[in-house]
Amino acid sequence: MKWMTFISMVWASVAQANTKTSFMPPAATEIAGQVDNLYAFLLWASLIACVILIGGMIFFAMKYRRKSANDKTAYITHNTFLEFLWSFIPLVIFLFVFGWGWYIYHQMRAMPKEALEVHVYGKQWAWEFVYKSGKASTNEFVVPVNTPVKLIMTSKDVLHSFYIPSMRIKQDVVPGKYSALWFESEKLGDFHVFCTEFCGAAHSLMLGRMKVVSQADYEAWLQENDEGLTLVQRGAKLHNDKGCVACHSVDGSVKVGPTWKGIWGATHQFVDGGSALVDEAYIRESILEPNKHIVKGYPAAMPSYQGQLTEEQLNAMIEYIKTLK
Amino acid sequence: MGSAAGKNYINEFAGLKSWFTSLDHKRIAILYMISVLTFFLVGGIMALLIRAELFSPGGQFLTGDSYNQVLTYHGAIMVFMVIIPGIPAIFGNFFLPLHIGAKDVAFPRLNLASWYVFMFGAALAVSTMFTSKIDTGWTFYTPYSIKTGTAVVTMVLAAFVMGMSSILTGLNFIVTTHKLRAPGMTMGRIPLFVWAIYSTAILQVLATPILGITLLLLAAERIFGVGIFDPALGGDPVLFQHFFWFYSHPAVYIMILPAMGIISELITTYSKKTIFGYTAIAYSSIGIAAVSFFVWGHHMYVSGQSEVAGVIFSFLTMLVGVPTAIKMFNWLATLYKGSITFDSPMLYALGFMFLFAIGGVTGIMLATLGLDVHFHDTYFVVAHFHYVMVGGTLMALVGAFYYWWPKMFGKMFSETYARLSFVFIFVGFNVTFFPQFVLGAMGMPRRYFDYIAPYESLNKISTVGSWLIGIGFFIVLFNLIHSLLKGAKAPDNPWGSKTLEWTVQSPPTHHNFDHDPVVTAGPYEYR
Repeated sequence: MKWMTFISMVWASVAQANTKTSFMPPAATEIAGQVDNLYAFLLWASLIACVILIGGMIFFAMKYRRKSANDKTAYITHNTFLEFLWSFIPLVIFLFVFGWGWYIYHQMRAMPKEALEVHVYGKQWAWEFVYKSGKASTNEFVVPVNTPVKLIMTSKDVLHSFYIPSMRIKQDVVPGKYSALWFESEKLGDFHVFCTEFCGAAHSLMLGRMKVVSQADYEAWLQENDEGLTLVQRGAKLHNDKGCVACHSVDGSVKVGPTWKGIWGATHQFVDGGSALVDEAYIRESILEPNKHIVKGYPAAMPSYQGQLTEEQLNAMIEYIKTLK
Repeated sequence: MGSAAGKNYINEFAGLKSWFTSLDHKRIAILYMISVLTFFLVGGIMALLIRAELFSPGGQFLTGDSYNQVLTYHGAIMVFMVIIPGIPAIFGNFFLPLHIGAKDVAFPRLNLASWYVFMFGAALAVSTMFTSKIDTGWTFYTPYSIKTGTAVVTMVLAAFVMGMSSILTGLNFIVTTHKLRAPGMTMGRIPLFVWAIYSTAILQVLATPILGITLLLLAAERIFGVGIFDPALGGDPVLFQHFFWFYSHPAVYIMILPAMGIISELITTYSKKTIFGYTAIAYSSIGIAAVSFFVWGHHMYVSGQSEVAGVIFSFLTMLVGVPTAIKMFNWLATLYKGSITFDSPMLYALGFMFLFAIGGVTGIMLATLGLDVHFHDTYFVVAHFHYVMVGGTLMALVGAFYYWWPKMFGKMFSETYARLSFVFIFVGFNVTFFPQFVLGAMGMPRRYFDYIAPYESLNKISTVGSWLIGIGFFIVLFNLIHSLLKGAKAPDNPWGSKTLEWTVQSPPTHHNFDHDPVVTAGPYEYR
């Protein structure tokens, strides 16, 4: 498909002028640039099609306005040549676009043999990343620049979809299956990671941050660990890493669940009429058996964290919550 | 042509019972009309709530959960209770027999039964709003729909029952079209609206059972724990998507084909000109119906289906674009050298062509593999299908209301208010949905209760647009109700149309035709 590459190059110049008006997020990979070229072509082709269809409609409607109730109209039943033209020309354009789209899609789907592999888990409502070194992070996705990165993804609960707009890539993350994605970022910087498959109450809060850094910064990041952090600092980190942040704010704003600000020592009213003082035992129960008591005004949406936190981590979170006054 | 003592199908019998037991296709159409418009009001209020919530980032007056419920009801009500039954059950019921010169549909009892079945399903669906609600989105994707604590089973059964009604209606229309045509009314002479309803009916009969069985499997999984779609039980969640779209893609054409039929009627009437390419439009309906069964996978380019499957589905989807383009060009050619008026139904028809053109070209973008990966499940898709479903189907539906209202009720409406409603709906629609294309290109995912700061200004514009649409629809409602109370008496043929329903009195008599019509020419003989 060499001619495709050639046409892509021609359109690249058009797309250059186009990127400022197409509203696409900045393209960070070579393939993303190709996607934008195809988009530019389709935008122009669509514009021309709309000018013909809509412009033609307005032109005819004005030109052939009814002059009198007795107007005689032309009795034209069909015109085989015209009908052939407006079937055939769209068909050719559609097939051309189909081929171009396939060419790009194939590159997205052809996984590079040598790539930095990262395991990705989707869960309600956070992205977890596990690197080969054993380093794990939540919602924070750090990769080196100019390096092919392959994501091997699965879900811990329901469907999710991993989407980085600037890379123009997206793939559903399916429980019980592996799916894969790859990209090679040419740009340093921070990029959004979204979930685009509806996954429940905090679907729109399942936000990841991708950081494309230099190879050296990447190596340094891999070495970072929790040593030297205070208990409260570890709790704050867990609040992010375990995805608590999606539903529980620490600044008083209301998300899916109660904010953590000021809850220490408060009394929670339950939907079943009971109530409890927010203390160590209550927080522990709320994390491990979240649906045992449902706080009034909030949905029973929280998954259990049984087996996912060590005793030390639970204590770190409790200490962190104590500080949120 | 008035028959004895001004009798018509409305005043022939009196009392509520005479309506609820009526076998008259016109009365059943009115029953459907009242039901569907009521559901449209509910679904529309949900839409306004969604837009109001999205006016600013963060929670306004809904929570993540209640937002998801509102979103689900908006989708499910609009799809299963408004757009799918809408045109076929209201205008198909009323005008299909009149169009072909028949006294009624082939199976009048089945026709009434289909309304009761529909209402039973709708009642089930609405009942969930008062119990544990439902938050899965109208697509019921597994395994979320297996795990969520909401009333999925009731809602799924409701969709199953309403599907049953859809099958009964479709069956009735197919048989009616084949067997009850008046003498001389050959298949080459039936109005294009009938061709559209006929093609739709084929889809309803062939595709809906797939939805039924899929939803039953889902219910079986939830109730009995049979592992079909849930990976925790050894099932495959992607299989559900295949099953679901195997129905729901043809369903997209169940929604749009009848609208296309209406547009053919409106364009010819208000251009006072015969349709260009009758055969091409008729066969393109059948063509769209046939190919639509083989394109479901274009909803699943990033679901994990194989690259080969994606390529095949993309190719076939491009083929569907061709008959759609043919229709657009045929309508355009019909305008050429016509005698065009801008009566309100025509405004809606031209509005349809405007919006459907945009819906069409963005459809091609979404069918394109490499590009859809970026657009899939973003607001670009939301904008696209609203351009087709609202800009297409609902514009045609409102156009049809204005066009056929004088025939259905024998009353004229205010043309001024009708044009005003068009301005509000058309402008409001573009203000609401065009920014959503841009939001999608920027990467904003759909079904988002909250969004990041860069998306705020476009969301604000979109919300303002939704208020304009709301005002527009209320003007339509006011105008139509006002015409019933105060409207001038409608003549038999206010628009100078040539199809058969305009040869009988307004409103028609119980038996439609005083004498069996004998047809000697095509439906659009404007010479």
